[in-house]
Amino acid sequence: MATTAMPHSETAVPTAPAGLWSWVTTTDHKRIGILYGVTAFFFFLVGGLEALVIRLQLGAPGNTLVSAEFYNQLFTMHGTTMVFLAIMPLSAAFFNFIIPLQIGARDVAFPRLNAFSYWVFLLGGLFMNASFFVGPLLGSDALSVAPNGGWFGYANLTSTQYSPGPNIDFWVLGLQILGIASLAAGFNFITTIINLRAPGMKLMRMPVFTWMSFVTQFLIVTAFPVITIGLVFLMFDRVFGTNFYRVSAGGDVLLWQHLFWLFGHPEVYILILPAMGIVSEVLPTFSRKPLFGYAVVVYSGVLIGVVGWGVWAHHMFSTGLGPIADSVFSASTMLIAVPTGVKIFNWIATMWGGRITFAAPMLFAIGFISLFVIGGLSGVMHSSPPADLQQTDTYFVVAHFHYVLFGGAIFGLFAGMYYWWPKIFGHTLREGLGKLHFWLMFIGMNLTFFPMHFSGLLGMPRRIYTYGPELGVDTFNLISTVGALLTGVALLVFLANVIASRRGAAPGANPWNAPTLEWATDSPPPVYNFSVIPTVHAANPLWGKDRMDPAVLPATPPAPIHVPGGSIWPLCTALGIIIMAIGAVMHHHVALSLGTALFGAAVTVVGIYKWAFEPFEV
Amino acid sequence: MSEQSDVQHTTEAHASTRTYLIIAAVLTVITIVEVGVFYLPALHGVLPPTLLILSAAKFFLVVGFYMHLRYDHNLFRAVFILPLAIATAVIVGLLFLFRVF
Amino acid sequence: MSHAAVAHHTSTGLDSRKIAFWTFIGSECLLFGSLIATYLVYQGRSVSGPTTHEILNIPLTSLSTFDLLMSSLCMVLALAAVQRGDRVWARVWLGMTAFLGAIFLGFQVYEFQHFVHEGLGFTTNLFGSTFFTLTGFHGAHVFVGVLWLLTLLARSFQGKLGPEKALNVEIAGLYWHFVDVVWIVIFTVVYLIQTTPLPTA
Repeated sequence: MATTAMPHSETAVPTAPAGLWSWVTTTDHKRIGILYGVTAFFFFLVGGLEALVIRLQLGAPGNTLVSAEFYNQLFTMHGTTMVFLAIMPLSAAFFNFIIPLQIGARDVAFPRLNAFSYWVFLLGGLFMNASFFVGPLLGSDALSVAPNGGWFGYANLTSTQYSPGPNIDFWVLGLQILGIASLAAGFNFITTIINLRAPGMKLMRMPVFTWMSFVTQFLIVTAFPVITIGLVFLMFDRVFGTNFYRVSAGGDVLLWQHLFWLFGHPEVYILILPAMGIVSEVLPTFSRKPLFGYAVVVYSGVLIGVVGWGVWAHHMFSTGLGPIADSVFSASTMLIAVPTGVKIFNWIATMWGGRITFAAPMLFAIGFISLFVIGGLSGVMHSSPPADLQQTDTYFVVAHFHYVLFGGAIFGLFAGMYYWWPKIFGHTLREGLGKLHFWLMFIGMNLTFFPMHFSGLLGMPRRIYTYGPELGVDTFNLISTVGALLTGVALLVFLANVIASRRGAAPGANPWNAPTLEWATDSPPPVYNFSVIPTVHAANPLWGKDRMDPAVLPATPPAPIHVPGGSIWPLCTALGIIIMAIGAVMHHHVALSLGTALFGAAVTVVGIYKWAFEPFEV
Repeated sequence: MSEQSDVQHTTEAHASTRTYLIIAAVLTVITIVEVGVFYLPALHGVLPPTLLILSAAKFFLVVGFYMHLRYDHNLFRAVFILPLAIATAVIVGLLFLFRVF
Repeated sequence: MSHAAVAHHTSTGLDSRKIAFWTFIGSECLLFGSLIATYLVYQGRSVSGPTTHEILNIPLTSLSTFDLLMSSLCMVLALAAVQRGDRVWARVWLGMTAFLGAIFLGFQVYEFQHFVHEGLGFTTNLFGSTFFTLTGFHGAHVFVGVLWLLTLLARSFQGKLGPEKALNVEIAGLYWHFVDVVWIVIFTVVYLIQTTPLPTA
């Protein structure tokens, strides 16, 4: 009979197990959330470092800090890392920790699948970043064979003809692996949100963060398969010599662009919706007022998700789609600004007439609104194809997406960090350092990216490793570089805050006096979350005349609670997948490659069977 | 557990073995008709729409009866139809964008 | 370890595994949708090499299509047998489903190597690349399905596939029928509607 790695608890008051092995085998959503957060933040710093080197290189014209080749790797990995290894998993950290608590559940629907998603993410991120160091092992003269085709890997730059080394192979395989992690989590959270809500937690009583995450999961499970196929085609072209993107055989390089952006556009909503959800929690709490127009905000989020499927070719306005396609996608892109705008007005209306406390989470949330609006405005400017013909492929676009992704998603995620830190770690981040972090980051971010609107419109192209003084963008670039350094300092302040706040006072269950269910539990919550699954009577259960009485959740659970033990098989299965990828990236050594891949497949299959037949009860 | 167990199993209508066999026969007949259309030059003018309709019929028979979607909770239908609609729209959109029609 | 039967509250009264699996099937629609879209978009654009008219074998593929449709019938009968606790017929129908699935794969293997022999390889032209990738992905799904069914069959022989495990069989069935349904689309779009109208000059 298969054994579980950790005995599951039968006592009336289960406690979280201690020790490294308990973390390696954990299936507890709170621990998995912390693992996601720490890992994602590490990759965020790696991506930030890549950005700093980029900015140092671009700080002056004709600079020689890095070679053109390495520069290509830097901006490719910066983009890929920030999208897939930083923002998405930082959001996932909150999905994991917060969603079950917000809906009144003890865990997600499939705890081991949840652990599997994390391990695949970690190993996939390490796999992709290993490319920086393994060049010699794969026959390269250079140490680094990191992906170098841009985060969007356009064909046929990514063909073996123009990218002969293993760089793109790392990119393709890495993304496929990360896709598996995201898809698994998508199925898990969709099921969790549909099926594990506490009694009375109707869908239209769920917190907006859970709602936006719900829409995000649907986007993930529908969009990722498309890029999976696009990447399969690229891999087959590179490894087997198929013709998907081979023009001489009748293939069309635009097929890649369509498949990539069919994924890529929903992806940007995947990146922003969770942060919008966080802002929708923070603003009411620190305005001491419920969210204005809850239902409208929810429906707008759903509409953004649905319409987000109809705008992808606005990334392709310069490829000769023709006037009909241009018009259709231009219209849909302009249309999607409407639900987004609606949300912004609802957020402002939430604050209007409220008693606002400008604590750190609130600063980041308000910062989100202002910076996202700026990014949204440049986005609407892109929606006009003739205007976009000037803007596309210039720094104007770089400005746009950094305003929405950094000013938007990252600021939103920091709002979440400051907001939920006491719940997760049992102490609050220091307020003074938090404010300093905010202002340094706000100023730094604007200094970095606002000048890019101008350098872009003056014609500075994207993805160039250097530029001449005759372009007239020297000063703008210098300002951007200074801004980037300031942003780096801001992050150091945050790290200092993390360390300095560790011995802070216990915050109690609800230090912010917030309305949603996660604030009814201890900080941090016990391993079983709720001593009794509460019954919910309204949205914002902890506010209002009929608010939930804290006595409803006794300190000690009145009945024995079953807490599932851990399992090693999710990690084992994840390892099998990575070993297959390592085999695949060595495809030039056919025998070694095949052997490794087959070994990896065997490990995967064993992992799956052991997982399937292991006794495990949620 | 302190919460009530409310795993309700609504009494579902259910297809019988006889229904399954009839469906199988219908699927076979439709397939024969499809192949027949393929081999009859007289029908080639209407071949694409005819075949699409016939295969759609097979699709919905298998999904509705064998996959039980006709009898199951609306939720399963929603969770399937939405991505199916997106996939169909994507296929049609790409056909237009690549000027297939 | 002794437990009282753990009855979990669910918001819908439905099993989480079934919800998750239908979501998975939804995402598979996008996976195969992308493959089919690519096949259709590249139809008729091969610059050289054999194309549909010259090489597809309709009679043979009609047989394999019929085979897969019948396997779906066996699958629903297997589920019914498991649900009523009929061990013998559960094993018969599960075995038949897996067997018919294996036959389908046999047909495909034959077809693939015959095509290669006739000059249509994976890399020969656009048709080769799109055809083998689309049908290959489908075949890989059938293969996984056969393994899944054989695993269930083994569990049945171990006496571990009683009516309380019917959901496991139901979910395997959902997978199997979906794979069949994808083939219905492929058979029509690739084999029967062989050419889409040519683009105007």
